[in-house]
Amino acid sequence: MRFMMLMIPNLKPDTEWTPNADRIATVAAMAKYNDELAKAGMLLAVDGLHPVEKGARVTFSGGGESVVTDGPFSEAKEVVGGYWIIQAKSKDEAVAWARRCPGDAGNVIEVRQIFEMSDFAEDVQKAAKF
Amino acid sequence: MSASGTPPPTIETHASIVAVFRIEQARLVAGLVRIVRDVGLAEDFAQDALVAALETWPSSGVPGNPGAWLMTTAKRRAIDLVRRRKNALQKHEALGRERDDENTTPDLEGQIDDDVGDDLLRLVYMTCHPVLSREARVALTLRLLGGLTTEEIARAFLVPEATLAQRIVRAKKTLTEANVPFELPRASERAERTASVLEVIYLVFNEGYAATRGDDWMRPELCEDAMRLGRILAGLLPDEAEVHALVALMELQASRMAARLDRAGEPVLLLAQDRARWDRLLIARGLAALARAEAMPTPKGPYFVQAAISACHARARTAEETDWVRIAALYEVLGRVAPSPVVELNRAVAVSMAFGPDVALPIVDALAREPAMAHYHLLPSVRADLLRRLGREDEARAELERAAALARNAREKAMLLARVAGGARVAGSDES
Repeated sequence: MRFMMLMIPNLKPDTEWTPNADRIATVAAMAKYNDELAKAGMLLAVDGLHPVEKGARVTFSGGGESVVTDGPFSEAKEVVGGYWIIQAKSKDEAVAWARRCPGDAGNVIEVRQIFEMSDFAEDVQKAAKF
Repeated sequence: MSASGTPPPTIETHASIVAVFRIEQARLVAGLVRIVRDVGLAEDFAQDALVAALETWPSSGVPGNPGAWLMTTAKRRAIDLVRRRKNALQKHEALGRERDDENTTPDLEGQIDDDVGDDLLRLVYMTCHPVLSREARVALTLRLLGGLTTEEIARAFLVPEATLAQRIVRAKKTLTEANVPFELPRASERAERTASVLEVIYLVFNEGYAATRGDDWMRPELCEDAMRLGRILAGLLPDEAEVHALVALMELQASRMAARLDRAGEPVLLLAQDRARWDRLLIARGLAALARAEAMPTPKGPYFVQAAISACHARARTAEETDWVRIAALYEVLGRVAPSPVVELNRAVAVSMAFGPDVALPIVDALAREPAMAHYHLLPSVRADLLRRLGREDEARAELERAAALARNAREKAMLLARVAGGARVAGSDES
């Protein structure tokens, strides 16, 4: 089974990401962690996301209507900063790997299992075809 | 973090501790084999460390470096044993002779931490050693490298747990009795030993991909275990093209798993599969691993060619887009690096798709004279397909009946009989 680990860094919205010594050390520690995941044969994908200031949100209001808001989003509490997709044998194993991440104080990793087609009921599988 | 602050401390459960242990298990066992030179003992000490963790961690929490904690705990007992053995040996040898005063126990502590990667690799070569039967290699590799429990392996291979446990005990004993060293193979036998490791991993994969036993056609978990082992090996042997090629082959084949069965649970041949259900992530990973293997200067082996064939299918957005000329050429290469009548039959199918049934028929006719193919149902099945495409309907029907009579799997037999009545269908190219 597969899990997505969503990194929620909890940076203040106006935090400028400038490379200082601490940050470089964090990046090195993270690279080492990613390498460990890969060497354990678990890592399927890993990506970091540009800051939320550069992003946009599309909010739907029903009836085909939507509103576009450019970042940053003042009301947003939890913003994803990156993700991993890993193959694990159980949620416990995925969580054990998440706990090894060299996270900074305040960082949160949310561990979520990825649906496989076979997890869905037959009518849902049928609806997923187009 | 939100205003609610830090969550309460984690309560370590049995399951969470076992999960941490499993992450460390292979490296732990490898490090211990280095000390005690015995796979069975090493595993016992590793299990002792797990028991200690289960006693300690619920109150102390998981240590910052759980691997080091487990190793220290297991090592303490392992070193005791080595010293006791050494003393016993020395006492035995020292009858009537002055005993060497200086301790001859080498710096065991120092030995353990260097090059964990090499230890893991030594362990892989050991569990896939040719003194063991294929079954034993598979079981031991899944147990020690894959970190599966005996129960999990037994379930995956549909054998009673006691049988599997026995198989593992016997395998460990064989390694001890044969004095299989904890060493990387010498250059002269390296290729052969690596091939044995790759074979074990691909056997595991195939047992999951085309289950030979039981009611299920596929056991995806076993495929995942094999892919994980393959990726671990690719990390340990980054310069071996065939390792990356095997990873590529497995990821490309696994990318089609969701499309290989229809809603009724019946198999869907490759060309009829709904390609929207192919897993794009695995395809991308498979193509990347193949590119890595391709960039290496070494001659291309059988896994590389098979992965390259699989990649032709992965790259085609529709069945009609398939590059059959390239696939036919690749089967010809495969026939040279790993000759077999089955490969030749697959080449015939590819040739028929690329150049027409009339060009392919002589290849199949030549194969029909091979004694090894006399009872292989796919030969008349492929021949029937070619004959039908050439408009030789009566001969085609006779071949299909012959194929149905030879097929051992009940579902396959039924499918062939349905084809006797039904329309044309490309056979034989379903498993590339």
